Amino acid sequence: MIEMAKEESARRGDARVTALHLKLGPLSGVVKEALTFSFEIACQCTVLEGARLIIEEAPVAIRCPTCCEDRVTTSIQDLRCPACGDSSAEVVRGRELEVVALELEEVEEMVT
Amino acid sequence: MSSQPRMVEVRQNVLKQNDLLARKLRQRFADAGLLVVSMVSTPGAGKTALLEHTLTQMKAYGFHVAALVGDLATENDARRLARSNAPVKQIVTGTICHLDADMVRHALDGWTLTELDVLFIENVGNLVCPSSYDLGENIRLVLMSVTEGEDKPLKYPTIFNSADVAVITKMDLAKAVEFDLDAARANIQRVRPGMKIIELSVKSGVGMEEYLCFLRSKLQCPEMLSTDCADYADFFKEKGVNPIVPNESA
Repeated sequence: MIEMAKEESARRGDARVTALHLKLGPLSGVVKEALTFSFEIACQCTVLEGARLIIEEAPVAIRCPTCCEDRVTTSIQDLRCPACGDSSAEVVRGRELEVVALELEEVEEMVT
Repeated sequence: MSSQPRMVEVRQNVLKQNDLLARKLRQRFADAGLLVVSMVSTPGAGKTALLEHTLTQMKAYGFHVAALVGDLATENDARRLARSNAPVKQIVTGTICHLDADMVRHALDGWTLTELDVLFIENVGNLVCPSSYDLGENIRLVLMSVTEGEDKPLKYPTIFNSADVAVITKMDLAKAVEFDLDAARANIQRVRPGMKIIELSVKSGVGMEEYLCFLRSKLQCPEMLSTDCADYADFFKEKGVNPIVPNESA
């Protein structure tokens, strides 16, 4: 995450990153609290120092074979369609670990 | 000089690098006609015991097998597995709690993949982080031993969801620890509907025949995941091998 943000920042004249927007699914294997805790430390001495981590939690959705619809499940411990109760192993959403956007403090070019 | 915040869209998967490497590995394995099976579990669920047995038995059937084994420290597991006389390489991860595709790629240096039929990858004992890392494997086995309790799948749904087959180990101890097999099966199906479950004990040999036949069916038809192996008995008869090899270390 930090590397991605650093690359993006470097492309824009090492602009300071003030916020990182992340999409996080419960099946990504990443725990929000652990990530939040380590983020601050990992940002130290980089262009992200002091940046906010804004996490959008994505729900788990399965493709219900009976309804032929994508359905958001009530729990990751129960992959059943909330409408008809049929179970499905086809997870269509919920594995996300994605840097969605960055907020950069863009430096305006010096006018000579 | 003034500054103003600006939103920049990125939309990149954080593990993109690993996913790309894993995809390349999977292609390499496919080109070499190699079946790759990975194992994940808690420390002590019996991955190494099962793997040692698997390597020995698969070799006895004439398959060319090899294994990579990951641990934070020591080469103990590689030494244990080397008793099977199959090529084995230890990946010492240091403080890293999981294997990633790059570690697998490096560990394969010096091996000719086309000479192998099956490569096993034993992950570091951990039910959390390994679920996020694709290693390019064809089949991921998640092991849980009867001593861990029936609710393990509910506690660690992510790793069960990322795996293809659940293996319940140490079935010889099931009675002693009052393991509720039906509850365990139901819990697995809740977090991964339709998942194939194999119950076995390396020590007593129960279930080993089904397990080995499952692997063999994958060798013939790797794209089929839920295979019912009806011809187990015939296969072993044909090979003239007793499917249960006595446990030498017992």
